[in-house]
Amino acid sequence: MAADIAVARTPAQAPPSFLAETWRGLTENRGAVFGLVTIILVGLAAIFADFIAPHSYAEQLFRDHTLAPPVWVDGGSWSYPFGVDQAGRDMLSRLIHGARISLTIGVAVMVVSVAMGVVLGLLAAFRGGVVDNLLMRLMDLIMSVPDLVLSVVVVAIIGPNLINTIWAVLIVFLPRYVRLVRASALAELPKDYVTAAKVAGVGPIRLMFLTVLPNCMAPLIVQATLGISDAMLQAAALGFLGLGAQPPVPEWGSMLGEARSLLQRAPWVVTLPGLCILVTVVAINLFGDGLRDALDPKLKRG
Amino acid sequence: MALIALTFFSLRLVPGDPIEVRRGERGISPERLAQLRHEMGLDQPLYQQFWDYVKQIAHGDFGTSIVSHTPVLKEFMALFPATVELTLAAMLFAIVIGIPAGMLAALRRGKATDYVVTGAAVTGNSMPIFWWGLLLILLVSVKMDIAPSGDRIDLLYDIPSITGFMLIDTLLSDQDGAFMSALSHLVLPMIVLGTIPLAVITRITRSAMLEILNEDYVRTARAKGLSPLRVVGLHALRNALIPVVTVIGLQISSLIAGAVQTETVFSWPGIGHWLIESLGRRDYPVLQGGVLLISVVVVGLNLFIDLLYGLINPRIRHGR
Repeated sequence: MAADIAVARTPAQAPPSFLAETWRGLTENRGAVFGLVTIILVGLAAIFADFIAPHSYAEQLFRDHTLAPPVWVDGGSWSYPFGVDQAGRDMLSRLIHGARISLTIGVAVMVVSVAMGVVLGLLAAFRGGVVDNLLMRLMDLIMSVPDLVLSVVVVAIIGPNLINTIWAVLIVFLPRYVRLVRASALAELPKDYVTAAKVAGVGPIRLMFLTVLPNCMAPLIVQATLGISDAMLQAAALGFLGLGAQPPVPEWGSMLGEARSLLQRAPWVVTLPGLCILVTVVAINLFGDGLRDALDPKLKRG
Repeated sequence: MALIALTFFSLRLVPGDPIEVRRGERGISPERLAQLRHEMGLDQPLYQQFWDYVKQIAHGDFGTSIVSHTPVLKEFMALFPATVELTLAAMLFAIVIGIPAGMLAALRRGKATDYVVTGAAVTGNSMPIFWWGLLLILLVSVKMDIAPSGDRIDLLYDIPSITGFMLIDTLLSDQDGAFMSALSHLVLPMIVLGTIPLAVITRITRSAMLEILNEDYVRTARAKGLSPLRVVGLHALRNALIPVVTVIGLQISSLIAGAVQTETVFSWPGIGHWLIESLGRRDYPVLQGGVLLISVVVVGLNLFIDLLYGLINPRIRHGR
C-alpha cells in the first residue's frame, strides 16, 4: 500500500538522477564493466587477504621446496598452487596479500594528493597574485623532473620503505591535481552563481568548498581514478628498483625485483606479480575511461 | 636556478655522510676525516656550500663523482648518447607503428580491427615496463634465442666512440656484423621503452582521426571525388597530426623516466642506469648533478617542442 502511494507521487517524467545517469552510461560500456568487476575482485582479495590466503606471506613454510613450480607445470603441487618463491614462501598467498599493499598505496596516494590538490588548487585560484604564482612555479618545478627520477631522489632522501613509497609517489602526482582544480575553479569563478553567492554574503571557505568545488568534481573524479593506477605503477617501479617496500612485504613490484635474477630458473616468480600489476592497472584504467565517457558526454568519442 | 636549489637542498637532507660511506670498514683517523671534509667543502655552512655550488655550475662544473673521481658532466656526456639513441629509437618505433594503427582503428571504427587496436593500446598504456622487459627477455632472448638481452653490442667488437651513437659508430667502424649486432641489442629495449608512447600515440591518432573524419572539409574532399587514400592521407592526416605532435612532446619526460627502468632491466649503459647505480653507491654529486642535467635537458626539449608546435599549427603562432 505504502509502495503504491510512493509510486503514485513520483512524477512520471522525472529526469534520471545524476548518479543513475552515470551508472547507466557506465554499464553500457563493456570495458568499464569488466574493469569494475576486476577491481571488485581484487579489492575483495585485498580486504579478506587474511582469510583467503592459504598460507602466511612471510613465513618460509616450504623451505624444502624453494622455487617449486606452480601446479600447472610438471612437479607442481596443490599445496602451493602458484609455486614457491626463492625464500620458500607460498606465491599465491604473497600475491593475494600484494593486492592489499598495491591497492593501499594507490588509494592512499590518490586520497592524499586529491585532498592536497583541492586545497592548494582552490587557494591558488581564489587568492591569485603571489600565492598563485609561487604555488604554480613550484608545481612547474616538480613537473620538470621526470616522475620516476623525482621519486628515486625522494626515496634517496627519506629512505626506502612502504610509507615513504607513498610520499615519493605522491609528490610526483600532486601537480596534476593542483593544476586541474585551479583551472576548473578559475573557469567557474566568473560565472553568475558565484557572484550571486558572494553577494548573498557567503564566506570564502564556504564559497570555495561548497559553492565552487562541486562544479569541478567531474574531471577530478576521472583524474583521481586514473591516478590510482598511475600511482600503483609508479610504486611498483620503485619496488622493482629496490627502492620501495622492503622484504618480506609482498609488494608486487618488489617481489618481481627481488626475484629478477631467477628469471630463467623460475619464471613464475617473476611473471606472476607483473601479471597482477598489469591486470589491476588495466582494470582501473578501463573503469576510469568509462567513467570519463559517462560523466562527460561531450568527450565521448569512442 | 630553482632547479639547482631543489636538487642541492633535497640531497643534503639524505641521511648518511658520503665520507662515512666511503670510509667503509677500514677505520680512518679523525684528522684524516676532517681533512677530507675540508677538501669537499662539507665543513662550510650550508648557504656557503650552496653559493659555491651555484658558482661551480655557472662555470659548467657539475661536481665530481666521489667514487670514480670523474667530473659529473663528463660522465653524463659519455652516457647520454646511449640514452638518446634508445629513446629516439623507442619514439620512432612508437610513431611508425602508432600513427598507422590509430588511423586504421579510426577507419574501421566499431569493427574487430578497432577493438583489437584499442584493446592493445589500453594494455600497453597500463604496462609495468620493467616486467614487460623481463618477459621479452624470457621469451625472445632465453626461449627463442633471437635477440640478446643486455648491453649495447657483443663483447667481441671494439667500436671506437665517435658520435656516441652505436648504430652510427658501427657503420663508421666498417667491422663485419658490428652494425647488425648493435641493432639486435637495441631491438628489445626499444620495444619496451616504446610501448607506452606507442599506446598513447595510437589512442590520440584514433580519436583525432575520428573527429576530423566528421569535418565538413573531409566530406567536401570526398564529394569532389578524391581517392580515399588521398583524403585520409593528405587532408585528414595533416590535421590529425597536430594533437599527435603535442602528445609526442609530452612524452619526453616520461620517456626519460621509462629509460630508468628499461636501462636497468637491459643493463643499457645510459644515464638512467647510471643514476640508479650512483644511488646504490651513495654518490651524491652524481645524483645531484645528474638529476639537474636531466631536468635541464627535459625543460630545453619541451621548449623546443613548443616552438615546433607553432611551426606546424599556424593558428597558434598568430594567436600569440
